[in-house]
Amino acid sequence: MPFTQRHLLGLEGLAAEEILHVLDTAKSFVEISERDIKKVPTLRGKTIINLFYENSTRTRTSFEIAAKRLSADTINISASSSSAQKGETLADTARNLEAMRPDAIVVRHPSSGAPHVLARAVSRPVINAGDGQHEHPTQALLDLFTIREKKGRIAGLDVAIVGDILHSRVARSNLFGLCALGAKVRLVGPPTLLPAEFASFGVAIHHELKAGITGADVIMMLRIQRERQGANFFPSLDEYSRLFGLDRAALTAAKPDVVILHPGPMNRGVEISSEVADGPYSLILDQVTNGVAVRMALLYLLAARGRTEAERDAEERAAS
Amino acid sequence: MTCDAIAIEGGHLVDPVAGVDAPRDLLLQDGKVFAVDKPGAFRSADVARRIDARGCWVVPGLIDLHCHLREPGYEYKETVASGTAAAVAGGFTAVACMANTNPVNDSAAVTRFILERAAEAALARVYPIGALSQGLAGERLAEIGEMRAAGIVAVSDDGNPVADAGLMRHALEYCAMFDIPIIDHAEDPGLAGGSMHEGRTSIRLGLRGIPAAAEEVMVSRDIALAELTGSRLHVAHASTRGTVELVRAAKARGVRVTAEATPHHFTLTDEAVAEYDGNAKMNPPLRGGNDREALVAGLADATIDAIATDHAPHHRDEKEVEFEHAAFGIVGLETALPLSLGLVERRLLTPSDWVRRLSSRPAEILGVPGGNLRPGAIADVTVVSPAAEWRVETGRLKSKSKNSPFLGWKMKGRASFTLVGGRVVHEGVER
Repeated sequence: MPFTQRHLLGLEGLAAEEILHVLDTAKSFVEISERDIKKVPTLRGKTIINLFYENSTRTRTSFEIAAKRLSADTINISASSSSAQKGETLADTARNLEAMRPDAIVVRHPSSGAPHVLARAVSRPVINAGDGQHEHPTQALLDLFTIREKKGRIAGLDVAIVGDILHSRVARSNLFGLCALGAKVRLVGPPTLLPAEFASFGVAIHHELKAGITGADVIMMLRIQRERQGANFFPSLDEYSRLFGLDRAALTAAKPDVVILHPGPMNRGVEISSEVADGPYSLILDQVTNGVAVRMALLYLLAARGRTEAERDAEERAAS
Repeated sequence: MTCDAIAIEGGHLVDPVAGVDAPRDLLLQDGKVFAVDKPGAFRSADVARRIDARGCWVVPGLIDLHCHLREPGYEYKETVASGTAAAVAGGFTAVACMANTNPVNDSAAVTRFILERAAEAALARVYPIGALSQGLAGERLAEIGEMRAAGIVAVSDDGNPVADAGLMRHALEYCAMFDIPIIDHAEDPGLAGGSMHEGRTSIRLGLRGIPAAAEEVMVSRDIALAELTGSRLHVAHASTRGTVELVRAAKARGVRVTAEATPHHFTLTDEAVAEYDGNAKMNPPLRGGNDREALVAGLADATIDAIATDHAPHHRDEKEVEFEHAAFGIVGLETALPLSLGLVERRLLTPSDWVRRLSSRPAEILGVPGGNLRPGAIADVTVVSPAAEWRVETGRLKSKSKNSPFLGWKMKGRASFTLVGGRVVHEGVER
């Protein structure tokens, strides 16, 4: 089954075959980054706009490198330099960018659903690079890619996602992606950060770390944000760390060949101890490496596609 | 007969106050109901106009307890003229408008301004609701007595909850002097701050939720205060199962509490937010399926007294933004009639119940004329074509704003004629 989506707004609702198609495509791009000359002409003449309304080092750099290795022209726009500060709406910004004929727009935004607003306003492909507390689909795809590389499969694996599930777009995208591919997902965190409604997505809920990771093949640790402490989601980072921090002792509950993922940036000594983060089970840097290949695959699948007739008509109407 | 007499003939009269649900003709004169009689009784009367109501229900004009006309201050969203045009097109002959204008209706001067605008430009009767607190700030009582003398029919900080229980207590006590209700926007500030109902959909969309408890905590508090003070409390836009249960229990104890529900809350659920549709964002938010069912049951057993629109017009620019930044509220005056008739079609309400919820009870709660068509009553009449089908389209909505989650919906039922004070102010084309 080919990848037929016009945009990548989230992993929710994607078929397993579509996700696997992205992962397979990514696999074919891995090798490019291993070359001496890391560039192919696949997207030559294409323009990719990275529209970032929120700070990001890893994701923005990863998208930029991915585009450049495919020979696309990239433009990075950050909120501090955008019209947002002059009061321009997101939809207007999108229409203005589209008028310059980009081939894809990558967007990160602090509001959940912002990429949907963008996608409604423009005809070019929109790639969600993280929206509020909703989804971060490319992160989940690179996580899936990394797990599959290491374990050879996704289906049937026990995967524990630990931490601030409520506010995590990484958790949501992984939940949808892992479930679509047949993994058994447990979510682990304090009830304040893990509402019971999550169970309705077909996952198990745990409020105790050890029980949550017992027998796990994969543990995905989430970044805990310091500001949640002020909002009374938990009393202190110390207490959070004692209850949900992953250290070597806690890790013994998991399968002996467990692998550890973290989307970064890590709070060492809070949600994850350095010995675990830097230890043999850690795939944290593999995730970053694979992120480039996954984003190359998505840019290829979405931006290389020519304009459809309907899109061309719409642009001509807009221009006249 | 004088020349301004109007006969409405061939229709089915539904007047729960008079206990009529039968074919009757109606004769209006001098702004009043002159006579109600058997079909054909006015055939030889000398009238200026005869309205053919065959196939229609003839009911006392619908009264909306709760709308936002946006004037003064937000005329780009709605005006008294455009809002009442929407009202009469939707079958409403009177509307009570909330105080969150700019300036806030917290003084007799603003009340008088609204009534002057209504006298100049309104197609429907306009009953201003005064602010409970100065500037809706929730700190000091507004000059309720002055506003009452100028014409307000109720008091509310709608849009803002009254966080301070002491202020609410005093407002309830104070209003007893004027026998006007306090209309309660019930929302606990500590639990507020979200942009949709807290539940599976908010989790899925990564949006901060407003739990049902945010409303129930406050309804619970305010029922206790109504009980303490013996004053009248009207719960605005009830949206949760818990609220319905609290009101039901309070009524059983004899507390002077009434409640309203909106068509969107008893028609839609939080799933309507779908992929961040700003037109499905309002406060209180669309709730879960259980809540929706409880509202319908509450309307059926009269726990919920009235259907009100919470018509809240907003400009398209305030809706086509990130969901969490979109304005709260939807227009409702032109869709309330068919959406509520759906409850009659599903036999959850009788036609008489329907008229009670949309006309008789609102008139009683606000203490305004109308709500019945007995001889001598004001000649505010809605002629309803219950079978007329139409589609909700931006082009046909009279409201300045088009922020409706029902755009594109096929509706059944509409107002064929709306008469205010014996004058035809709206004529629908289709039957």
